[in-house]
Amino acid sequence: MSETVVRESTATEVDPLVIAGRSFGSRLITGTGGAANLAVLERALVASGTELTTVAMRRMDAEGGTGVLDLLRRLGIEALPNTAGCRTAAEAVLTARLAREALETDWVKLEVVADERTLLPDPVELLDAAERLVADGFTVLPYTNDDPVLARRLEDVGCAAVMPLGSPIGTGLGIRNPHNIEMIVAAAGVPVVLDAGIGTASDAAQAMELGCAAVLLATAVTRAQDPERMAAAMRAAVSAGRLARLAGRIPRRYWAQASSPTP
Amino acid sequence: MRVRVNGEDREFAEAATVADVLVAFGTPAAGVAVAMDGDVVPRGVWQSTPLRDGATVEVLTAVQGG
Repeated sequence: MSETVVRESTATEVDPLVIAGRSFGSRLITGTGGAANLAVLERALVASGTELTTVAMRRMDAEGGTGVLDLLRRLGIEALPNTAGCRTAAEAVLTARLAREALETDWVKLEVVADERTLLPDPVELLDAAERLVADGFTVLPYTNDDPVLARRLEDVGCAAVMPLGSPIGTGLGIRNPHNIEMIVAAAGVPVVLDAGIGTASDAAQAMELGCAAVLLATAVTRAQDPERMAAAMRAAVSAGRLARLAGRIPRRYWAQASSPTP
Repeated sequence: MRVRVNGEDREFAEAATVADVLVAFGTPAAGVAVAMDGDVVPRGVWQSTPLRDGATVEVLTAVQGG
């Protein structure tokens, strides 16, 4: 009887994601890009259970409203501006400052990509931008390569988290180098957020099993055939992966080990 | 004077301020930021910041992304 109680409390224990001293009940951070329309996005966001969601900064047009911000405000979801589209540290710093002004947040998902074809982070510009933004008082969450050395350098300059890619943005190729992600987790003193490359639920679960503190994904949900259902799947996968990580998996063995009593 | 707003040349009166640029965008109450020649112009000083002839002004807002 008491065992049952323990098991239940384990499954529902309070296990918040903490970044820069702020707690989030959900370990799934979502993006808003790629959704067919705001109604589809709304259903997916609700199903995901997310509390933190990225938005991009773009030139306003005369008819342009602030629809996505209104939606997030209505749903009680925090907007995390990104610097998507920036190729240099200077561009990223200005975009982050404009985002801070527009959204009244000093949190930024820092993205500085090298080219359109790969959308891979440019490590030199990224580290430069991170250092400048930290000095300017930002809480910097950098989208980075799955490079343990760069991750360490980003932490060293004061980033509040590191967000390595599983594979290039939008590819859905999953986690191409799980060992690197494990090495980043093992060395990091800040939360590691697996960002980019998630294709389906098992990828999100794997990220959490590898020890990531959270998963950030957009395309896998917004471009799924049924975004709302995939959002629910991702929510469950992140929870399952987190529980498995905390539970401690069995070691891999070469030979069989009987699970029934031997005669 | 001529000012480039989000990539398009526009004419403004001599005494125009950053706030006059925002009129064309319906002066949104929130969610918008302005940079002039690469520097952020905080909302609190839109009214008191004169436009510079030949300046480049960017008006940004949050959109779906990431």
